[in-house]
Amino acid sequence: MSTSSDCAPASPAPSRDVLRGLLETMLFIRLFEEKIVAVYPDQDMKCPVHLCIGQEAVAAGVIAHLRPGDYLTSTHRNHGHCLAKGVDPGILLAEFFGRASGCCRGKGGSMHPMSPEHGILGTSAIVGGGIPHGVGHALAAFLRGQDAISAVFFGDGASEEGSFHESLNFAALKGLPVVFVCENNHYATNSPLGARQPNPDVHRRAQGYGIPAERLDGNDVEAVYAAAGRAAAHARAGLGPYFLECVTYRWKGHVGPDCDYEKGCRPKDELFDWMERCPVKRFQSRIEDAGIMDAAGTQAMIAAISARLDAAVAWARGEKYPDAAEAVLGVYAPAEV
Amino acid sequence: MPWTKVFLAKEDLACFGPGEGLRGLTFVQALLEAQTQILENDPSAFVIGEGVNDSGGVFGSTLGLADRFGPKRVMDMPIAENGLTGIAAGAAAAGMRPIFVHMRMDFLPMCMDQIVNHAAKWHYMSGGALTVPLVIRSIIGRGWGSAAQHSQGLHSLFLSVPGLKIIAPSTPYDAKGLLMEAAADNNPVLVVEHRWLYGSVGYVPEAPYREPFGKALVRRPGRDCTVVAISQMVYEAMRAAADLEAQGVSVEVVDPRSLKPLDTETILASVRRTGRLVVADVACPMGGAASEIMAAVLETDPGLLAAPAVRVSFPEAPTPCSPVLEEAYYPGARHIAGAVKKTLGLSDHG
Repeated sequence: MSTSSDCAPASPAPSRDVLRGLLETMLFIRLFEEKIVAVYPDQDMKCPVHLCIGQEAVAAGVIAHLRPGDYLTSTHRNHGHCLAKGVDPGILLAEFFGRASGCCRGKGGSMHPMSPEHGILGTSAIVGGGIPHGVGHALAAFLRGQDAISAVFFGDGASEEGSFHESLNFAALKGLPVVFVCENNHYATNSPLGARQPNPDVHRRAQGYGIPAERLDGNDVEAVYAAAGRAAAHARAGLGPYFLECVTYRWKGHVGPDCDYEKGCRPKDELFDWMERCPVKRFQSRIEDAGIMDAAGTQAMIAAISARLDAAVAWARGEKYPDAAEAVLGVYAPAEV
Repeated sequence: MPWTKVFLAKEDLACFGPGEGLRGLTFVQALLEAQTQILENDPSAFVIGEGVNDSGGVFGSTLGLADRFGPKRVMDMPIAENGLTGIAAGAAAAGMRPIFVHMRMDFLPMCMDQIVNHAAKWHYMSGGALTVPLVIRSIIGRGWGSAAQHSQGLHSLFLSVPGLKIIAPSTPYDAKGLLMEAAADNNPVLVVEHRWLYGSVGYVPEAPYREPFGKALVRRPGRDCTVVAISQMVYEAMRAAADLEAQGVSVEVVDPRSLKPLDTETILASVRRTGRLVVADVACPMGGAASEIMAAVLETDPGLLAAPAVRVSFPEAPTPCSPVLEEAYYPGARHIAGAVKKTLGLSDHG
C-alpha cells in the first residue's frame, strides 16, 4: 500500500495491552455481527442490517485513539464503530429488535444508532449525509475551545457525494480537528469503485484540499492503529483535519446477513481472496506468534465475548416494544431541554 | 395594540407619538437587532452564511455583526449550501445554536437533504435524545428581473416535513420577536423573509422579546370576508381591505405569522364570523400553505363557507424577468380585492 503523507511523525510501538485490546475489539465486532447473522432468520430483528464483517480492523484501529469526549460519526454500516466507541451491545441490539429500551427507543433501528455519552450524535443512512455532521461537531468543539476531535467514518461511495467535498473543503479551510476515515470496501451497494470513479485513489481528493492523507491496508489493524495515531495527534494538536483511506472489503452483501456472490453481485473468487486476508485471523496469528497471547488466551477471550453477547441478545429480546402511541410522539423537541 | 399594527406607509408611524415610548424600526433593522441580542445573550449562537460579513450584510440584516462579534461568531462560508447546512446541523447537535442565512430562498433546494433527511428528523430518530436548534433564514426576492432562480417562495416544499417549524413574519415587531423565538427554539426553524418587507416600518421594543409560534393575528377586523395573507401578502391584503372599505365591503385580514405550527383556530374563528375565505400567499399554488389553510376549513366544517374559497398565489409558472412579464406575473392588492368580490358575488369592475 502506498503512503503519501508528508507529515507523519513516528508513533511509539503499541504496548501489549493495546495489541490485546485491538484483538478484543475486532473479535467483539466480528462476534456481534455473527450473532445478528444467527438470529436474523428468526425475523424478530425487523430492520435492515448492514454488516461490517471483514472491516473490523478500521473501527478497532482508529477508535482506539479516541477519548470519551471525542465525537464519532458513522454510516448505515455502523455497528463496529458504535461498539468500539463503547456503546453497550444490548442497547444496540434492543434498538435493532425495535424494543423500547433501544438507544433510539425503537425509532432509529440499525441504521441510526446514537449515544450522546459516547459522542455519537446520531447516524445518517444517507450516503455522505453524516460527513458534514462530523465536521459540525468539530466546529462546535473548535468554537468552544474544547480539546475534542471528531472521527468521521464513511465509505468509498460517499466520496462521490457533494457533501464529502463540501465538508473536506470547510474542515481544511477552518483547520478543524477532524479525522476523516474512508473505509474503501470497493463497493457502493453492488456498484464497483471502478465503475464509479475515474481515479480510485480516494485519498487524493483530500490532498486536493491540502489535507494530509494516507492510503493504507485497512485489514492490517496495526497499520490502521499507527496511521490513526498520526491522524488523531495531528487533529488534537490543532493542525487541522487528517484523512485516512483504509482499503478493506465487506464479506456480506450490502444489506442483510447473506453473502451476495451467489446472486451475481460480486465475483466469488474476489470475496474468497479477501477472506484469506481476514483482519481478525491475521492479527490473532500475529500476536499469538509474537507470544503476546496464546491460543488458549484468545479462545478464552472469544468465549467471554460470546457469553456477553448471548446475554445481550437474550436481554434485548426480552425487552418490551414501545407503546404504539410513541409513533407520533417526540417529533418536536420541547421548549426547554 | 401598536405592536400588531401594520403600517402601509412610513408616515403613518407618527400616529403614535414619541412621548408614548414607542420606537419605530424597519423590518431589516428589527432582524439585525434580534441577531445582535441573540449573539449578545447566547454564547452558543453564531451566524453563518454567504456574505454575512460583507459590506452589504445580507441587505443590511447582518450589517456590522462581524465587526462587533468577530469571525467565530459571524462566519462567511464556502458556496456549499448542503454541506454547510449539515455542518451547522452537526454543530447544533453538539450544543451550538447556528443561524444560517440564505440571501435567496431559491438556494434552499440545494440543502434539501440536510434539512429534510437530517435536521428535521434528528430529534425523532434519536428517540428524543438529540436536538438540532438550527435557524435557517431565507429571503424571497422580487423585481428588477430577479427571474426564475432568485424570487421563489418555496415554503410549500417544507410544509410536509415533520420536525421543521416555518415562520413568516410580516411586520418589524414580528421579525424581531419571531426570530428571537426561533433562536431559542430547540428545533430547526425555517424563516421566510420577503425582501419587499425589509423597508416596512413598525414599532419594535428595544428589549429582547420572543413571540410564540402558532398564534395568528387579526391585522384588521371585518365582517364580510376573511383574507388569510402570508408574509408580504399581508400588506397587499391591507391595501385591498382599505380599497374595499371605500366600496362598502368589510374585510378581515388574518396573518398566520407561523405556517408550521399553523394557528387554525384563529383562522376558523374568523371564517365563522365572515363565512367567506380568500388565502393569499407569496408562492405557487399547488400543495401550498394556502391549500393547507383551505383544507383546515374543509376538515372542520365545509358549511362554514357561504361561497367557494379563493386562492391568490403566484401563477403555476416560474418567475419571468422582463418588467412587463413580472407585472403580469405577481398578484397584489387588486387580485385580492377581486378574489374577495368573487366570494361575495360582486362584479370585479364595480
